[in-house]
Amino acid sequence: MTDDTKDFAPSRRQFLSGAAAAGAGAVAGTAASAAGPDPLITEKQPWAQELGAGVDETPYGLPIKYESDVVRRNVEWLTADPISSINFTPIHALDGTITPQGCAFERHHSGAIELRKEDYRLMINGLVDKPLIFTYDDLERFPRENHVYFCECAANTGMEWAGAQLNGAQFTHGMVHNMEYTGVTLRTLLEEAGLDTAGDLKDKWVYVEGADASSNGRSIPMEKALDDCLVAFKANGEALRMEHGYPVRLVVPGWEGNMWVKWLRRIEVTDHAVESREETSKYTDTLEDGTSRKWTWAMDAKSVITSPSPQMPIKHGKGPLVITGLAWTGRGAITRVDVSKDGGKTWETARLAKPGEKMALTRFYLDTTWDGEEMLLQSRAMDDTGYVQPTKAQLREVRGENSIYHNNCIQTWWVNKDGEAENVEVS
Amino acid sequence: MSKSRNLIISTALASTLVAGPALAEKFGLGREALPEEIAAWNVDIAPDGTGLPAGSGDAFTGEEVFAEACAICHGDFAEGRDNWPKLAGGEGTLADKDPLKTVGSYWPYLSTVWDYVNRSMPFGNAQSLTADEVYAITAYILYSNDLVDDDFVLSNENFMDVELPNAEGFIIDDRAETEYPIFNVACMSDCKESVEITMRAAVLDVTPEDEGTEAEEVAQTETEAPAAEEVAAAEPAEEAPAMAALDMELVAAGEKVFKKCKSCHTVGEGAKNKTGPGLNMIVGAPVGAVDGFKYSKPMKAAAEAGQTWTEEELAAFFAAPRKYMKGTKMSFNGLKKEADIAAVIEFLKNNGN
Repeated sequence: MTDDTKDFAPSRRQFLSGAAAAGAGAVAGTAASAAGPDPLITEKQPWAQELGAGVDETPYGLPIKYESDVVRRNVEWLTADPISSINFTPIHALDGTITPQGCAFERHHSGAIELRKEDYRLMINGLVDKPLIFTYDDLERFPRENHVYFCECAANTGMEWAGAQLNGAQFTHGMVHNMEYTGVTLRTLLEEAGLDTAGDLKDKWVYVEGADASSNGRSIPMEKALDDCLVAFKANGEALRMEHGYPVRLVVPGWEGNMWVKWLRRIEVTDHAVESREETSKYTDTLEDGTSRKWTWAMDAKSVITSPSPQMPIKHGKGPLVITGLAWTGRGAITRVDVSKDGGKTWETARLAKPGEKMALTRFYLDTTWDGEEMLLQSRAMDDTGYVQPTKAQLREVRGENSIYHNNCIQTWWVNKDGEAENVEVS
Repeated sequence: MSKSRNLIISTALASTLVAGPALAEKFGLGREALPEEIAAWNVDIAPDGTGLPAGSGDAFTGEEVFAEACAICHGDFAEGRDNWPKLAGGEGTLADKDPLKTVGSYWPYLSTVWDYVNRSMPFGNAQSLTADEVYAITAYILYSNDLVDDDFVLSNENFMDVELPNAEGFIIDDRAETEYPIFNVACMSDCKESVEITMRAAVLDVTPEDEGTEAEEVAQTETEAPAAEEVAAAEPAEEAPAMAALDMELVAAGEKVFKKCKSCHTVGEGAKNKTGPGLNMIVGAPVGAVDGFKYSKPMKAAAEAGQTWTEEELAAFFAAPRKYMKGTKMSFNGLKKEADIAAVIEFLKNNGN
């Protein structure tokens, strides 16, 4: 099959470099501006005459080649080695709320491992009535639940504390994904082992640990463990991907992604926080005076406009424009998202595609008209606790610039008259 | 840490603790964990030292172990190489513009050091250290931070006597008091008088290039692609006699063995130098000749002497790197099984050779 559709849109690189800036808006495929009959209509096209691919050509389908730029991306200079690193979900190019597994961000501390279901074991030990070992098959015999939850790395937007740095929603906000999980509640498994031995549960903890070489482990307060944590083995209907902890990972709704231990192999009931490396030297937030917050588990309300954005310039010129983005909160549900076009002077309330759901991504749209002038686009999320997403200045006022984690500030994209967007900071 | 965690438990969650576990239905699934199994996995160490095995090690010995097992990434003096974590220094910098967070300047508990080294290090060969080695490394890290003398012996007996400088430097999440009461206003109009752009990401220019453009270019030239592939396929075919010996099963086995090497070496398309040199075309190549890699002195000397990485030389090197070449930067203990050595060489031959 030949490919004749190539000459329509200028490449994104040209947009970013400004090379195609002049008149770019007029080029993009808008049927209304056609000067004469459209050959795509008046001439017979090969796809309308020849045969397409047979049913078995791709037993497991991947996106069509024209979408090959919608992939996870890494920022090499961030980490020493891709084996202990992170990449970013292409949120700029996605719509709706569910993140396909194949492009959902990855974060490994010792690489993604290949662990067969047959070799999988889950241990529950510590202050339980009877320490237990489960196989993967055992887990599938407990009652299951389905829930959609976002998972956000605590370091998402962490590179932006000191100023606007990375030019793209994928890089500033792409350490987040949102999937429908199937699994057994952690509560069910803990109760199977029995918690009478633990006595008063108020001051008890659950330490969870992965089977990979990093042995990533985190301490979770018992009340969260019994509330909504899920021992998940499916995401978006199919098995977890290797990079997300196949065959079994922990889901800790609304709390920082590092706690969502992948390749979950052990659950220990304790009377103390283990104070592991990932909850002391990392994932603690240093304040301006040099003291540091620890146990900052919940992800506060946050939003970002995914389009237009630096990787998603406006190509169609003035007229109808859809401004869209994502909002989420780890402390409940999103109730409202406002959008500003003038850097926060005035705001209008966006339309939520669906009412906000607990600890899940919410899609918002502002169906508007672009006058072709510059915009300073911002979005601002609110949740059902009454919390309003702060500006970067407000956050810095409380924390300084060295927190690394939990940067949920309002993001600004500067859209110029050609429709190109850039990550900026405003007064 | 003046506050109890209970203060921050939300009232909504408190109810989850009330539904008595005793009432819970049991499914009778799983089996009881055996003591040996629990002992094998339950190795986390508590801040009060609970879980520490008997053993000891001194800073002086720790320096030797560290040099072999850790220095390749963390530097001889725990000062860190490239982007790898620095483990020493930084005291008094936590309130600076760019704080240096190390064991000495930041970590609150020594138990965390012991626990992490024991369970997760060295990178690419985790859980290979003895308890005494972990005590020794921990002692050396303390020494590197000027917290103990070089004859200091750390053991399970005196472990709790060591207090790290930043032990009191942490507070429990206080956002509920310091942020939530003020982050609750949503102004809609006349929110500020003027708006100025104060910083632009394009000025820094640290964003990765858009590879998407290349993808589009590939799609556009696709009709020509098959021809190019045919050419590429034809070339190796002409060299077939030299490649005929390759045993693809052995190559596959070697790929698995190579996982031990991956933390420092890459091979195949796009292979480049990391902690160790990229290894494309390495079998039969001159020693110490990978472009851009900074070799150790003995490796440079071997290069000057005109040595070649024949399969025999590689096998000897892989079996005991530091015995084969005293002073090599390669801090790998070696492959014990001859079958693994043969497999990994076959794998390397399949990559560019």
